[in-house]
Formats: sequence, structure tokens, C-alpha cells
Amino acid sequence: MEILVYGTINSVSLALMGLGFAMVYGISRVPNFAHGALYIICGFVTWILFHSLGLPYFMAIILSLCVNGILGMLMYRFVLIRVRGMNISEIIASYAIGLVILEGLRFGGFRGMTYTLPAFMEGSLMIGDVPVDYHRIIMTIIGISLVAGLWLFTHYTKIGLALQGMAQDERAALMLGIDSDFMAMLAMGFGAVLAGVAATLILPLGNIVVESGYHVLIMSIAVCIVGGLGSWVGAFFAAFLIGYAQIITVVFIGSHFQMVVAILAIILTLILKPSGLFGHQKELEERV
Amino acid sequence: MNPEINEDMTKPILQMNKMSKSFGGVQALKDVSFDVFPGDVLGIIGPNGSGKTTIVNCITGFVKPTSGRVYFKGKDITGKQPHKVADLGVTRTFQIMRPYYSLPAYKNLVIPLFSPRAKRTGGWRGGGRLGNRQTIAIDILEEIGFERDSYIPFKKTSTLPTGYLKRLELARCLALKPEIIICDEVFSGLSMSEIASMVPLIQRLQDEGITIVMIEHRLRELFQVANRVMVLNFGQKLIEGTPTEVMADEKVKEAYFGSEEVEEVMTYA
Amino acid sequence: MSTQELRKERIDRGIKVRSDGLYALMSLRELSYLTLPRFILIAGMISLPFLMPGMYWQRVISIVCIYAVLALSFDFLSHYVGLVSLGGAFFIGTGGYVAGILNTYYGVPPVLTVPLAAAIGGIFCTLMLLPCLPLKGVYFAIVTLMYPLFMARIIEAFDIFGGTDGIVGIDSFSSAFVEQYFVVCMVLIFLFGLRRFVTTDRGLIFTAIMDNDQAVKASGINITKYKALAVFIASSMGCMAGACLTHIYMWSGISQFALDFSILPIAATVIGGAGTLVGPILGCLILVPVSELLRDFGTLRIVFYASILVGFILFRSDGIMVFIQRKYEQFERWTKI
Repeated sequence: MEILVYGTINSVSLALMGLGFAMVYGISRVPNFAHGALYIICGFVTWILFHSLGLPYFMAIILSLCVNGILGMLMYRFVLIRVRGMNISEIIASYAIGLVILEGLRFGGFRGMTYTLPAFMEGSLMIGDVPVDYHRIIMTIIGISLVAGLWLFTHYTKIGLALQGMAQDERAALMLGIDSDFMAMLAMGFGAVLAGVAATLILPLGNIVVESGYHVLIMSIAVCIVGGLGSWVGAFFAAFLIGYAQIITVVFIGSHFQMVVAILAIILTLILKPSGLFGHQKELEERV
Repeated sequence: MNPEINEDMTKPILQMNKMSKSFGGVQALKDVSFDVFPGDVLGIIGPNGSGKTTIVNCITGFVKPTSGRVYFKGKDITGKQPHKVADLGVTRTFQIMRPYYSLPAYKNLVIPLFSPRAKRTGGWRGGGRLGNRQTIAIDILEEIGFERDSYIPFKKTSTLPTGYLKRLELARCLALKPEIIICDEVFSGLSMSEIASMVPLIQRLQDEGITIVMIEHRLRELFQVANRVMVLNFGQKLIEGTPTEVMADEKVKEAYFGSEEVEEVMTYA
Repeated sequence: MSTQELRKERIDRGIKVRSDGLYALMSLRELSYLTLPRFILIAGMISLPFLMPGMYWQRVISIVCIYAVLALSFDFLSHYVGLVSLGGAFFIGTGGYVAGILNTYYGVPPVLTVPLAAAIGGIFCTLMLLPCLPLKGVYFAIVTLMYPLFMARIIEAFDIFGGTDGIVGIDSFSSAFVEQYFVVCMVLIFLFGLRRFVTTDRGLIFTAIMDNDQAVKASGINITKYKALAVFIASSMGCMAGACLTHIYMWSGISQFALDFSILPIAATVIGGAGTLVGPILGCLILVPVSELLRDFGTLRIVFYASILVGFILFRSDGIMVFIQRKYEQFERWTKI
């Protein structure tokens, strides 16, 4: 029971972390290695708005999401657009930006245990014999409805369809009058907002520390690789796979192994089936 | 004469047995079987997307067939890795040329001369001993139409025109002292005069005892060199026979319906 | 403004230094065009330990050399074989641990641990990376990025080889002099060895694999074998550097698997000039001392070299070395039209 409940919660939080990364890669083929940094920066912006400027909590969250989205778009517009299409440069450039943000924050004095965000709702609930606090339940519900909403968005709105078209064939999309750079910028902004959503949902459970930026990056890569790069629906299912696997190892072996599971998942997936569990790219590559 | 060539001319050197391949849901090949005999020039024709290149990929190991077998001299080579297939002497050219663009032209041939097969056989015309690789590379280039005394063999590959690149593709096969060359559209993208100079080259290779499988769109030139022709349509074999038989067939006319080239070739045949 | 218009004119130097492999040496002066830069590099590297004031900066030179070897291996692997490995730390860490284990558990002296670490570590890294060799581009980059993290977590989780404390009490080199000249010579030998190797015909196979692996396969060459060979060369270089690092600090620990060792060589390569082999060393000579100067500011040095890295990727992606080379091979002058 404990495994089931905490496994689900862990899985949803993994899915939230990975969703932004998967979205950006899926649409614009940019591996956004600054994902973890965007996650952390959203946490700190919310903290500043809430504690230092005294804005209402809800307002602070909305504002910081906007800031994050703009930051993501600026990052694409001024940096990544120049190395677009050169995968390795994209990785190195975005990773370096992530480093600048994270280590800059650390240098700026954001370290230690003092940075926390309040939970949405205090108190807890008993599911079976496992106590679960309300915040985790809210997180799970929002997480799942977010995925459902995204699915509807990409399948039924004009922008969503345009994004999908670009994901499938960028040149064809260009010919149909879809501005691919604009869409990629939008996708980056969107991915940044998703990273922010994940941050505001997950961070109240603990402290905001810079290190977790790297942690989030690895987790989101794990989720995306296992699910198949470029397929965010795959990433969602992979999150459940890794989420449960992690909780099971924590319960039966030890908490040291939580990270080992994720990294092992990445390495094994890449060795055995590089296109991931739900990906279809390998087959396409072979056809050329 | 090449001692490795199968003396028994009645036994097929390459056999394809009920080969099928599907990509995802698309069936690219469906139960295609054919035999190639030593010294043959087999032409494979068919409209775009009829699975011609997939046949090449399946034989040479670049793609694993869904079902069916490939035999080379009676030995099963299905699903072997590409370099092992090439090591047996089954070589191929690529439809989209794949030279090493950052190297000079003659260095393109030095690379295949490092392969185990070239070491064993000594390269094209080599008597089992491999001499200086660069000299051999330039020798091969000269025979295939690169002017020796010019600077063309030393030019960067990315600056060469298409005609030379196509020859380079063939030269890469020859460096291995092949038994079979599978040419994937060597004539496409060439001008009329370039094609005219390629045809005797192919005929010369045939005279030297190399079995050739040609995948081609240029029917007129193909029918000059091929002694048997197979027609593919939607991944299935329509007919196989001599060029005259094939051109007389109603089904082929249907597949190529309206194509002026067929008319042209018909009159030629 | 004068009415006469001026135009900038570029003229190649008398000797075609750029025409690879075909040298027409006519005079001593032309010979010196070729040999002088190499001589300056060698003399400069050898005299560096003398020029440095004090122990601290001499130690910095050793660190520069270690990073330089690592950057060299990254440059070789990514620009001559086409395998972009983001896991320099994997090589350093493996080499460091192998040297540490050999030295403390088996009492092997540093003279032997370094080459042994290069061999054993190289074989270990190659075997670990062997299943990943068919991967391309992003996939290979990600998987190599994960390996050092994986090793660190494994050592931490199983608490082997001293766990989080690392292995302590490792012998140092017999003197500071030996230490510095060992690493300096290591850099020079690897640099000229690799330069030589990549231009031989056998070395060209690697370039061919990077250009076009399908064609190499079709030529009957087993590309996995050659890729494994390349990874072995690169990883044993990295492991050798790691072993030296271990003996310099007399300690090997999890932090040798840290991202620092993966990202700084890449930054140095991009800044110095990717694919030139000399560039990465130049990059290290610039980056490492500056980041040492910033050590007092803590993590600011990471911010510093990460932002330089972004700047170079965006605005000068061919690097310093290519720029210098072009200036060296050409005159520029103003002429009247």
C-alpha cells in the first residue's frame, strides 16, 4: 500500500519534471539542458515575490511562471537560435546556461536550508494506513489533469496542431506557413512554464536548494530517454515506470540507490533500445 | 581470371528467397525471390517506392529483412552485419553518394584498402599481396576514369562533380576485389555524355567476370548492358526475363503506363 | 575622407602552409615558418615550470596539463572520430581510482601506477562504453554524461573504495620537479603523437567513420572495432591524467567523477579551437589559471567559464587557434583601388 501510494506520488512528480524537457525536445528538437536551472529559478523567484515583496502566494506563483516563460523564450531567441540544428552545440550551450544560472544563484547567496515555500493546504489524510498530506494529493491531481490538458491542447487547438506538425516534419511545416523559429521559441517558453509548474508543485515539499537543479535535470533526462526522446506521452508512462522502480528500491534496498535506478535506466535504455519504450525514431532513421 | 569466381556457371551466386520487409505498417517488399548467376548483369527496375533500394539494403545487411533468406554461393548471409557481407565480396554503391567529403579523392580508396578483404586479395587486380595503398588507390582511380596526370585524384572530394562521385562509389567497390557489385542507380543524376562513358565501364567490369546487379531508372542504357531484367511494383515481383520479354509484357506496360521512356525503349528493343 | 578608396587585401604567405601534406620547402626561411610555432610551443611548455613564481603556481601548471590531456582526448574523440563524449570525468575518475587502489592496496610505486592505470583504466572504460558505440550524436553524449554520475553513485551506495571519503594516503611523485616534467612531457607526447596519428592513412579511417559510417561499413571494415580503438586511446589518455591527478593530490575520491572534469575540457576545446588538437591545450592554458584566480569567489569560476563557453559557441565557434592560424598564414594590407 505504501509502495502504491508513494510510488504514484513519486511518479507524478517525475512526470512533472520530465514533461517540460520532453515537450521542448519533441517540438523543436532542442535538448534543453538548462531545464533544471529553469526549475530552480522559478522556485527562487516565487520565494522572492512571496517573502521579500509580500505578494499573495497565488499571485507570486502566476508571476513567476510568466517570468520563467519569458526567460525560456529569451534563451531561445538570443542563444539557442544560433546553434539550432547542431545537436551537440545545443547541449553544450544550454547546459552552460544552466550552469551559469545555478552556480550564479549559489554565488548570489541562495544556499542553505532557509528557502522554503508553503504548502497549498496543510493537514493530511489517511489512504488505507498511509498518511498522505493534502499537498501531495493536490500535486497528483494537478499533475494528471495537466497531462490530460496538454493532450487536448496539442490535439484540438490551432497552436497545438501547429506544434505537432513541426514536431513531425519541420520543413514541411515551414512550407505550410508555420514559422518554425517562432514555434520553437513558443515551445521553449512553454517548456520553461512547465518546469515552473513542476517547481511550484514539488518544491513546497522540501527546501529549495541549488543541487536539486542537477537532480531534476537527470531525472527529466531519465524519464525522456526511457519514454523515447521526443514523445511526451511516452515520457509520462516512463515516469510511472521509473517512479515505482525507485520507490521499490528505496523500500527494499536503501535510499542511496534512488539515483542509481534513474541513471541505470538511462544507460540501459540507450544500450538496448535507443529509441525508448515508446519512441519510433530508430525505425525512421534506418529507412533513410 | 579471378580464381575466386565460382567456376560452375550454372549454380546461382546470389539467391534471394521469399524476402519480405515491412517498415512499421508499410510493406516495402513482399515475397521477392530471384537468382543471380555468375557473370550475369541483372537489372532491377520499377517505379519509385517499389522497394528497389530495400532489396539492396537487405542483401548487404544494412536492413534486416522481416522474413526470407539471402544466400551467397549457397551460404546463408541473411542478417549478417554489412562489413561481413562486404568481406565476402558482395559490395554495393549508394544511391545518395556517400564519399568521405573531407578527404581527397584518392584517400577515399585508401580507406577500403584497409579492410581485411583487400589485405587478403590485394585489391582490384592485385595478386594477393597488397602494395602501397596510395599507389593502388590512384591506379584504381585511373582505370575508372580519373585522369592520372591531372590533379583530380588529389582534389578534395567535396569539390568533385557528380560524375566523378558516382565513379568513386564504383571504385570503392572495386578496391575490395568484389565478386558482386550491386549498383544502386549509378546513372541517375548524370548527363548524357557521362552516362555514355559509364556504360562501357560497366561492360568492362562484366568482362572481367564480376557479377553485377543494377538498379536503374534509365531503361535505355540498362537494356544495353543487362542480360536479364526483373520488374518490381509495390514491393512485389512482376516479371523476370530477358529485356525483350520484359518489354513485351502487358503488366509492365501497365505499371509504367504513360511513361514515354517505355515507348522509347520499346522501339529501341 | 579622401576620394581614394581603400580595400583590404589578403595574401597567403609564400609557403602554402595550409596545403595539407604537400610541403615545398625552398629555403631556411620557409622551413622556419613551419618549425617555429612548434618550437615555441615545446620550449614554452618546458620552460613553464621555471617561469612560475612559487609552489602554488607550479601546481597550477600541473593541473593545466592534466586538463589539457583530457581536452586533447575530447578533441580527438569528438572531432576526429565523431563520438562526442561529455564524460571526461569518467576517464579521470577511473584512472584516479585505479592508481589509488594499486598504490595503497598493492603498494605499487607511482612510476608504475600511472602507465598501469592508463592500461587498466583504458580497458575498463572501453568495455563499459562498448555497448554504447553504435549510438550517435545526442544519445552518445547523454549516455557518456551519465557514466561518471553512475560511477560516483555506485561507489557511494556500496561504500566501496573508502566510500564518500575516498582513498587517502596515496604516495606523491618523488619531487615537484618530477611531477611537473612528467605531466608536461605527457601533454607534448600526446599532442604530437595524436597529430601524427590522425594524419596517417590508418588514422584517416577514423575521419572516414565520422564523415560517413555507412560507407565504411560497405567497404568491409568493422567500424565497432575502430571506434573501440579510438575510445581506448582517448580513455587511456584520460585515465593517465586521472592517475597523475591522484598522485598530485595524494587522494582519490568521488569528486574526481564531478562534472568539473567533463565541462572544463569541453570549454577549453571550444575556446581554443575545436579539431586543431593544439587549441584545447591553449584553451586550458587560458581557462585553468583564470579559474584558479577566481577560486576565492567560490562558484563564480564555474559561472565564469560557462559564460565564456556560451559566448564562444555563439560568436566565435571556430576558436582562438583557427583565428591565430589564419593570421599567421596570411598577410593583410590596405591597397588602393
